[in-house]
Formats: sequence, structure tokens, C-alpha cells
Amino acid sequence: MRTLFELIWRNHFVVLFVAIQSFCVYLIVQNNRYQHASFFNSSNAAVAKVNEGITYFKEYINLRENNQLLASENAQLRNMLSKITQPRDTTKPVVTDTLQKQQYTYITAKVVNSSTTLPNNFLTIDKGTADGIKPEMGVICGSGVVGIVQQVSTHYSTVMTLLHTKSKVSAKINANGFYGSLVWGEELNAHESILKDIDKTVPVKKGDTISTTEFSALFPAGIMIGKVIESKLNPGSNFNAIKVGLSTNFDNLSYVYVVDNLKKDEQRKLEEATQKANEQ
Amino acid sequence: MIVTILQIVLRFFVLVALQVLILNNIQLGGIVNPYLYVVFLLTLPVQTPKVLLLFIGFILGISIDLFQNSTGIHAFACVFIAFIRPSWLKLVAPRDGFEPDESPEIRKFGFRWFLVYASVLVFVHHFVIFNLEIFRFSDFWSTQLRVLYSSIFTLVLIILSQYLLYKPEK
Repeated sequence: MRTLFELIWRNHFVVLFVAIQSFCVYLIVQNNRYQHASFFNSSNAAVAKVNEGITYFKEYINLRENNQLLASENAQLRNMLSKITQPRDTTKPVVTDTLQKQQYTYITAKVVNSSTTLPNNFLTIDKGTADGIKPEMGVICGSGVVGIVQQVSTHYSTVMTLLHTKSKVSAKINANGFYGSLVWGEELNAHESILKDIDKTVPVKKGDTISTTEFSALFPAGIMIGKVIESKLNPGSNFNAIKVGLSTNFDNLSYVYVVDNLKKDEQRKLEEATQKANEQ
Repeated sequence: MIVTILQIVLRFFVLVALQVLILNNIQLGGIVNPYLYVVFLLTLPVQTPKVLLLFIGFILGISIDLFQNSTGIHAFACVFIAFIRPSWLKLVAPRDGFEPDESPEIRKFGFRWFLVYASVLVFVHHFVIFNLEIFRFSDFWSTQLRVLYSSIFTLVLIILSQYLLYKPEK
């Protein structure tokens, strides 16, 4: 036993090195696989406070562009409003639909930290459990889809953006309704993404718009994702890999909307029950 | 002695702030990420105890990780640098050795010596970080290209900072 201690003491530098490195590896694996080490990331309140300060300055730099975005969004909303409030045809009785309940509510949040240059990119937003945000909620902005909420603390949450190698969003080509999965890889830049699993016989034109589908419980259908840049046959398969130019500009995101699907649990429960019933 | 320690602590905060506030937001063609903060480990005094060096490396790395959502990756690379630094210093030591209290800096040992000393450590550091971040072998060469470009960019920043902050001794 004593010789063992002596051996350790003689090599204490190497032993300590191996110990610290093992701890680092533990942190890396833990954080990447389960996203559990919530203390060590930017939903940690102290770190988020600093990031908030950085963003405060960034907001000034992007003010002009954001104003434009907000203005165009306002215009769009106004258009929709005018459609709704158009004077009704007085010969038709007004029917109030009591069965059709509202499906989505939106929570506005400010982006306090973001990255676009890493292989796995995140946003931190300034809303958390206190504001009703839960993991696995969709996040959109005025110009398109942003990502999915990953971790939540009381006042902050982290969002896995579309620019994340594990991000996968169901998307369809508006022109013909064919759908596939939208993924991202680190060989792409912050304005591109790949729509895969589209059969090679499906006609795709440059400039076709891509939007969210009805299948996703995270996003309302028809939210803009981007436009087709080019379509290439995946070598050795029957599927095209379509390069999509994202409509969301991740470089200067300031305000986003977190989508709360009020019927998500209902949909999920039903689907799980069906699956279970089929397995038996 | 106390002044030196205070200087080092101050340098730690300045470098971490510089990295997090400015350099992390720099993006050159999407492939170059300069990690200037590693200069802190390079220029610690030669006499720094080896064990202390490991802990300093861990604290430095984890501070950067906190802001990058990259838990452990920078810590891993920094501890690794801290581990190989003493042996590397011994290997490239000038003929008459180091004096106590000396730091490996350009003003003491000249440009050429510093370039050799720093480039190897910076390259190893970047190599570990970029490969841990990707953690797969597809795109292997594009990753190595990022390592190379980023290392060169970081080295330029390090050498510039050395000339900007210290006047050469006569």
C-alpha cells in the first residue's frame, strides 16, 4: 500500500493531469449527449447577465435592419387584420365556432446571446419557466423558423438553432407539397441548410419556397423556412439533397417568438397510444 | 512578487473579456476562429509550479467554455497545453537556461525563439479544440484546414499583442 502511495506521489503531476482531463471528457460527453450540465452553459443566470450586456450593444448596431424587419412584419399583420375585420356580408348570420379553440400562442423573447460560427450553434433568450417556456418548444421570428428550445432555467432558455448538426425539422416544398427533413452540417454557412429525403423524380426549381409542415407538433404549418438554391442528386441514392437559403438571418436576430402548441400533448398522447396499440 | 501576481490576474480577466466580447464574434469566411486567450498560458512565468499550471489551465478553459456552450472542450485543450508546456520549455530552453521570474516573451528571447515556442503550443491547442468540436472523421481535411488558418491568425494576433504591449529591452 505504501509503495502504491509513493508511486502516485512520484508521478502526481501525470496523475493529476489524467484526473483533470477525465473530468473534462466527462463534461464534454455529459453536455453533448444529454444536455444536462445546465450549470455550465449560458442558461446560467450569471453568464446570461454578461451576455445580455453584450447584446445590449449589438442591438444598437443592428437597429436599422431590425426596424425594417419589424416594419415589414407590421405590414403583414395589418394585411391579415384587414382581412379579418372586413365588413361581413349582412345576409349571412354570424356563426361563432365554439369547438375550434386557439391552437398556438406566442411568447415574445429577446435574444441575449447567439453564435453562428460554431459547428453547433445556440441562442440564449431572456424568457424561461417563469414565462411559461418549456423544453422542445418551437422558436420562430418575423422572417422564418429559428430553432427549438433546448434547456430552460427560471428566466432564460437556450435554443438549438437550425444551424446545429443535430437539428432536424420537417419541411415541405410549397409548390408541390412534397416533404423531407431539413438538416445542417458544418460544411454549410450560416445562411444555408439542406433539405433531404426528397425523391429524385420530384421537380424542384430554384427559388421554390420551403415552409414547415403540418406534421410537426413544434411549429404551425406554413411558416417560411427559405428558398431553394440548388438541387443535387445524392450520389448512390434515389433522393435529392436540396440546398436551401434560409430566410432567417441568424447574424442579427434580436427578437423571437416561442411557439406554444396548446394541443401538442393531446397529439403526442394520441400518437403514442396508437403506436402502443399497434405493437401489441 | 505581489505586483507580478496582480498583473497576471488582471491579464487573465482582460484576455477572457477580449476573447468573449470581441474575438468570439469575429468570423472570417466562416473558417477562422482566433483563440487569442491561449497567450495567457504561454506567457506565465517559467517558474510557475507544474501542478498550479494545470489548475490555471482548467480555470481558463472553463471560463471560455461558459460563454461558448462548449462545456469542457476549451478546458480540455488548455489543460493539455499546461501539461506539455514544462517539457516543451525544457526542450527549447536557451543555452544558458532561464532565470527565475522570467516569462517566455518576445522582448526577452527574441522573435525567432518565441515564434518556434508559441507556434507549436498554439497549433496543438487549436488542433485539440477544432477536432473535439467536430468529433468525427468526415470532413477531416476541412477541419485541419480550419486548424491551420486559425492557428496562423491567432499567432499573428499573439505576436502583434507582444509588440504592442511590451517595449523591447535594450
